[in-house]
Amino acid sequence: MVSPILPLTLENVELRRQGKRVLGPVSYTLDGEGITIVMGPNGAGKTSFLRCMHGLERLSRGRMQWQGDEDRIRARQAFVFQTPILMRRSVLDCIAYPLILDGLSRREARKAAEREAEIVGLKVTLNAPANVLSGGERQKLALARALIRAPEVLFLDEPCANLDLHSTAEIERVLAGARDRGTRIVMSTHNVGQARRLADDILFLSDGRLIETGSRDVFFAGPGTPEARAHINGDLLP
Amino acid sequence: MTFKTAIAAISALWLATAAGAEELKMAVTTSFANSGLAEILLPEIEKDTGITVELLVVGTGQALKLGEAGDVDAVLVHSKAAEEEFVAAGHATHRREIMYNDFVVVGPAADPAGVKAATAATEAFAGIAAAQAPFVSRGDDSGTHKAELKLWKAAGIEPAGDWYKAVGQGMGAALNTAAGMDAYILSDRASWLNFENKANLGLLFEGDKALFNQYAYLPVNPEKHAHVKADAAKALEDWLTSDKAKGMIEGYKIGDQQLFHFNAEAM
Amino acid sequence: MNDIFEGLTQAARLVVTLDADLAEITLRSLQVTVTATLIASAIGLPLGAWIAVNRFRLRRIVIVVLNALMGLPPVVVGLVVYVILSRSGPLGVLGLLFTPTAMIIAQVIIITPIIASISHQAIRELWADYHDLLISLHATRRQRIATLLWDGRRALMTASLAGFGRAIGEVGAIMIVGGNIDHATRVLTTAIALETGKGDFGLALALGFVLIALAIAVNLALHVLSGTERGSRW
Repeated sequence: MVSPILPLTLENVELRRQGKRVLGPVSYTLDGEGITIVMGPNGAGKTSFLRCMHGLERLSRGRMQWQGDEDRIRARQAFVFQTPILMRRSVLDCIAYPLILDGLSRREARKAAEREAEIVGLKVTLNAPANVLSGGERQKLALARALIRAPEVLFLDEPCANLDLHSTAEIERVLAGARDRGTRIVMSTHNVGQARRLADDILFLSDGRLIETGSRDVFFAGPGTPEARAHINGDLLP
Repeated sequence: MTFKTAIAAISALWLATAAGAEELKMAVTTSFANSGLAEILLPEIEKDTGITVELLVVGTGQALKLGEAGDVDAVLVHSKAAEEEFVAAGHATHRREIMYNDFVVVGPAADPAGVKAATAATEAFAGIAAAQAPFVSRGDDSGTHKAELKLWKAAGIEPAGDWYKAVGQGMGAALNTAAGMDAYILSDRASWLNFENKANLGLLFEGDKALFNQYAYLPVNPEKHAHVKADAAKALEDWLTSDKAKGMIEGYKIGDQQLFHFNAEAM
Repeated sequence: MNDIFEGLTQAARLVVTLDADLAEITLRSLQVTVTATLIASAIGLPLGAWIAVNRFRLRRIVIVVLNALMGLPPVVVGLVVYVILSRSGPLGVLGLLFTPTAMIIAQVIIITPIIASISHQAIRELWADYHDLLISLHATRRQRIATLLWDGRRALMTASLAGFGRAIGEVGAIMIVGGNIDHATRVLTTAIALETGKGDFGLALALGFVLIALAIAVNLALHVLSGTERGSRW
């Protein structure tokens, strides 16, 4: 079932920082189900693109539109940052935090957090402070925290950038599970293999512009632009 | 847990200091408080009248100001002219003389101004001015300060110059300064005797009638300030002028010296 | 040197014999300053957090003013509170002048800017860490501040303790508004001023040492209770 807050439409969205254009103009409509993978070289604007959609950036130009009222929209999406933001709390309290914001009692929230930790395969002492976790564990914590509100749309910014194969595989398993439960996922990655494994469709950004969109099979069969072709072939651009 | 413990500790702090008896605020001069007489009298007053007298120790100037503002219920000071003005302005119902002590001239034991040989207080002061010997003045509009200025005037001297140091502080602090600078100073006898940091200073001149220091009691006028405890102030006045007070005041001694002379008259 | 030694021995004797007067003024020092610190913290901590989290037009000016107020001269605060609480002042009817309450009011005014300013610094750093997460999770303004206050509580305790330290050693303001009345408003600092005035440096120093010991004891007690510096906890 397609989330009622979708489709999300971006019209000529542009983002500037200190006078420098970092994204756009981009026009795009996010709709349907499945996993959309955002690809592109460093500095192409992948992170800015995701942050824009999630509402973390103030648009310099253009329009962006979700469906429904503000509170509903915000509560039904989640974001996983490239570097997990840990709170100065225990692992369990970090995961439970979004539910505390929703007004649940600490007990209930922690109970739900325990279940979520198990789903993402976080096998650590849950009452330990969050900052003792390893990189992979931190990312799982962030994922559990993002999933605990059962978001309808989930954004992930290179969640596996610094992880080993094992942790990457576990996170991919969790994401596939979330997709199967109906969560619309938008995720950026540098990892071409990961894109092949997870993507239903692909967005390719270059120099802040969306230069290619299409289903996974079409994209990997033959990218239309030289930039995208070079990227998936692992070529070094001049 | 921690939070509850903290709350309990704080409430205990407050409960421990809750008081019961009727309280009366009285502004008194530093010289009276430093004499130590208050510590003898106050417990007896509380025992006999049930009034807890809270002393605000300030200079005469501020003491009268407190009475004028209605921040105290009574005033006990020593500066006749200012007191009479105070009564005339209606700030107090009346002025009642209680007792007197005396001022003494204190200075360096070497006595460069020859104060010891003086026959009158004005002569002693003239000597200090002539020798340009360092002199510490309270300079705080207190009764002692006013008494000092009166003496300079009587000696026909306008005190000014490097040798004249107005410190603007209480008796104790002024004595500390004088001790530190080896300077002359006019002090009430009680403060001087109780002062523990005498250093090189010694008592050089005493006994002139001009140095007598009359203390008077001024109950704040309830017509001006309805909240003042006029009944308690009356009870305190009665006690201070009683025979019992007379005995205790006359009997108060430091190192064999009687400090105060009771001279309240029956009304 | 002699005075310092005498002060130390006298302090030891007063403490060992549990001198009643000493206990009374020490307890009152604690009562006044702990209460003032609690009130000032209740105002200053959320204020510091609020300024750290919100962007508003006068923000820069508010921060500058707050920092400047950290140096507020206690004597001036005392004088202003005195004039306001005096029977002939605007709040005279309350009859608060020369009571511990007046001393608490003065101390709250002196230390609130300190607590607000230090907590603002601490919260600003935490906010930089948490910003994206709290925005992403759609936390309300109130929830953001509550979260920052809670997660920053160790740093905030330092802010409160800085306020406590300033207040417990303060004499200028409470001398004026409290009046140093024996058995009513006399606290350690005003007693020290009094004994210095009498030239009794030994006793003054003894009280001074008790004051220092008290400040250290309160700090230690709080750190032990809250378990800071223990292992990897925050």
